[in-house]
Amino acid sequence: MAEKSHDIFPRDPNKTYGLMELVKGTSTGVDKEPEDTIFSWPHLFYVEFLCVLIVTGLLLFASLYFGAPLEEEASRDTTPNPMKAPWYFLGLQEMLVFFDPWIAGVGLPVLIAVGLMLIPFLDVNKKGKGYYTFSERKFAITSYSFGMALWLVLIVIGVWFRGLDWNWYWPWENGHIHKPPATGLEDLPIIFARTLGIGEFAGKALSDLLVLGYFGAGLIIPALYFKEFFKKLGLIRYVTLMGLYLIMIGIPVKVGLRLVFSIKYVVMTPWFKI
Amino acid sequence: MGSSNWAKISTWVKSTQFYKAIFRHGYEDTPRNRALTTFSNVLYHLHPVKSRWESIKLRYTWCMGGTSLLLFIILTLTGVLLMFYYVPDVRRAYQDIKDMMAVVSYGTTFRNIHRLAAQLMVATVWIHMTRVFLTGSYKSPREFNWIIGVVLLMLTLLLSWTGYLLPWDQLALWAITVGTKMAAATPLFGVEGPFGLQLGMRPDNDVKFMLLGGTEVGQNALLRFYVLHCVVLPLMVVVFLAVHFWRVRKDGFSGPL
Repeated sequence: MAEKSHDIFPRDPNKTYGLMELVKGTSTGVDKEPEDTIFSWPHLFYVEFLCVLIVTGLLLFASLYFGAPLEEEASRDTTPNPMKAPWYFLGLQEMLVFFDPWIAGVGLPVLIAVGLMLIPFLDVNKKGKGYYTFSERKFAITSYSFGMALWLVLIVIGVWFRGLDWNWYWPWENGHIHKPPATGLEDLPIIFARTLGIGEFAGKALSDLLVLGYFGAGLIIPALYFKEFFKKLGLIRYVTLMGLYLIMIGIPVKVGLRLVFSIKYVVMTPWFKI
Repeated sequence: MGSSNWAKISTWVKSTQFYKAIFRHGYEDTPRNRALTTFSNVLYHLHPVKSRWESIKLRYTWCMGGTSLLLFIILTLTGVLLMFYYVPDVRRAYQDIKDMMAVVSYGTTFRNIHRLAAQLMVATVWIHMTRVFLTGSYKSPREFNWIIGVVLLMLTLLLSWTGYLLPWDQLALWAITVGTKMAAATPLFGVEGPFGLQLGMRPDNDVKFMLLGGTEVGQNALLRFYVLHCVVLPLMVVVFLAVHFWRVRKDGFSGPL
């Protein structure tokens, strides 16, 4: 056995390469002439070196103009209004307006992280690997862009449009005058109970059914319309993907319900409210 | 001395055992030396000796992963310098920052660079992820490396966030107060979260208490965030970076076939 491996990889004192790994399948190196490749030294390194110079230079100059902020010493006696998280967390802080802290602060970040990690396993499209394309990956790129856009819009709102008491302030409004607190928010079950003249329990049941219907329809209807898509994904992938997707879409939906219909909670249980 | 003497000395130096122990190859522009340059240097050998032009040109890579690494290195260097002048004690942390800005030579500059680089790194890591998504580079066989990448994104955010508390100014105290308030709302493990009370969570034993070392942001919280920011999280980043780069080498650069 040892003799045989020597035959495959003969010992050669002049050899400047070694066995790195054995893999099955295609690779960028298969069936390619050496002419297709270029030396990292200097072709790759000079790009990296330029990048180092430019970024370091920019940082140095930017540091002259953009000072790191330092406010008054920490004190419990005065509470800043509004209290703003760092900009990259403002999307989550914005969600606090529309969701309870356990969703905005814990549930959503965990879902975002898990959802991002699952992307390679949910995207079964073999096309579009190693080059930019929209036409071959319309669904994937549209979904990702939607998520990113949502995130960015929330950050922009948090940075530039939120003022005292986390109220909405246009840039031309006086940011030092308090706005009246939002009132008249109602829970969906109560709205149902009042407008339809049914009991509170029936109102609750109706709103729960509505939410179940949203997820149920969201799971079943695409599976019926895009049979190919469903078949390609398989049940587990499909349910995971659509579940995450419906939650993502559900966020602006809930925000819309709040803004247009002044609805506070949709689902109410003794332990948590959504 | 004449130039021939210099040449003699140079030849002699290059022939010594000591020189050869450090410099393994010449500098003539030969394919052999180009290859040796890459793989006889610990930093360069993270790269392949040869790559396909298509997969390393800037228009394809955006160089955002490399920039993130560069920013991490800059943050480590400036961070170490800042550590010389900073004591994580609520009685003097703020004054240390003041001193850094008023008394320490280049203190303001290094603090500003540290802060800017931290903000920039959040952005570059994000853009890097977007680039990897747009080129479909997470697809088989690179699925696992994408997961490592998401972990690195989370670590970047946590690093930036833990650093937020250290200046011990109003911004720091209240941003962390808001943030850790959310920890108390963690389902199951937070006292204000769903099922927290039912599982016996109290303000003095839940996940927020663990994070802060107390019920509010105080001395213990400052020390914990300091240790997390300066030791624990950077070490975790280094470990995950090592796996990240190693997987890139094993799976090869993505790029058009």
